[in-house]
Amino acid sequence: MTHDDIRAAFLEELVKVAPDLEADEIGDDDHIQDDLELDSMDVLNLVAALHTRFGVDIPEPDYVRIATPALATDYLGARMAA
Amino acid sequence: MGIFQMPSLGADMEDGTLVEWMVKPGDEVHRGDIVAVVETQKGAIEIEIFQDGVVHSLDAELGAKLPVGAPLATILAAGEAPSSAQAAPMPATVPEVETPEPEKAPVSTAVADSELPRPAMLGIAASPAARQRAAERGVDLAALAGSGPAGAVVLSDVVSAIPPSAEPARPAKAADAMTEMRKAIAAAMQRSKREIPHFQLSQNVDIQTASDWLAARNAAVPPAERILLGTLFMKAAARAAAQVKEMNGHYGEGGFTPAAQVNLGVAVALRGGGLIAPAIPEADKLSLPALMAAMKDLVARARAMRLRSSEMTSGTLTVSALGEKGADAMAGIIFPPQVALLAIGAPKVRPWVVDGAIVPRLLVTLTLSADHRVSDGRQANKFLAEIDTLLQSPEAL
Repeated sequence: MTHDDIRAAFLEELVKVAPDLEADEIGDDDHIQDDLELDSMDVLNLVAALHTRFGVDIPEPDYVRIATPALATDYLGARMAA
Repeated sequence: MGIFQMPSLGADMEDGTLVEWMVKPGDEVHRGDIVAVVETQKGAIEIEIFQDGVVHSLDAELGAKLPVGAPLATILAAGEAPSSAQAAPMPATVPEVETPEPEKAPVSTAVADSELPRPAMLGIAASPAARQRAAERGVDLAALAGSGPAGAVVLSDVVSAIPPSAEPARPAKAADAMTEMRKAIAAAMQRSKREIPHFQLSQNVDIQTASDWLAARNAAVPPAERILLGTLFMKAAARAAAQVKEMNGHYGEGGFTPAAQVNLGVAVALRGGGLIAPAIPEADKLSLPALMAAMKDLVARARAMRLRSSEMTSGTLTVSALGEKGADAMAGIIFPPQVALLAIGAPKVRPWVVDGAIVPRLLVTLTLSADHRVSDGRQANKFLAEIDTLLQSPEAL
């Protein structure tokens, strides 16, 4: 998966969790909680969706590493390469 | 024979619009079955029936805006013949039942299950904004694949089904739905502030132990099985409510009636604004994983605007959590006819004294709003202290 593929897939899962968001309006550095207003239930749903989609089980201490699309793309890419 | 009426789904509700029938004449219904969908200021609500019987006639038209109490359908007890006035024009939709009603519940349930179409297939889960836009633009909701929670059709699904040229400048319909919800909140909160003599008590609770226990538990399971800290608060609040009866029940014309069980109202913030507080029945008796699953389901359906009538009216105490990034504390307003509301601030690491030493600990401020017609500081204090105690032994929750 390329960097762009991962980013697009992350945004797709994010928008499924928060359907009022528009993928093309989300900035790379938008914080999913502070800017996009996901609550802890949304974040958990997102983490579960990413687990299903990428096979990457993100432990709770790593939630901060998917806090923005830019961070998440790097993190997921690294975890899948590992 | 019973008349199934437009129910009141909250102190603030005056009328509702019938948008969907889930049953037809001749169908067998059982207490708790979803029989209709009514659009209210708080979204589309699935209406449950509270009697067993057979649908004799549907007495209200789809799309009709009807006041609370308006007749929606006539329900006959199994084997009951319609009254003569009604029997005349009706073909034999209700077969003559010679034998008594089967006594074994599983039998009749099985029959009902096979005969009744499943709500998920019959009813199309869709947000009010999506319904409205679809109706305006002639879009068939059934033809859309919903991208919302539990496959619900949301506004964006409808919008993307409309050819670009056909979509006029953004109408204000979604904003209208929000205005309606704002009105509903205003009505309930104004009534509460007018009628309920609130008093508030706050307590800081050390939740480091609970948080550590939960982190260790969650580290060992995949995301789908993880539990949120909020679930621990909900469970502790529900168990404390079972102990302190003055916090759990309804206040009506005859005064306070304590509830026999704890139906925990959970305040759910809707994305885009607005708030709804459906209830989880007997939350104090659910295990943490079961309560977590119930909360997940409730939040998803609240956001998809697909709640059930019993969830809207059965709450006996409400909990409102500000979330992990919110303010320290909130003094909430009680949802009438309930008599207490527990607000949970955002947990934060603070200096705290443990065994004579100042140490960083994760703290949360609990603020209870209680009804002074029903309770005094003593009971409120007991309730908060009970929650504190329960949270110190998370493994026993």
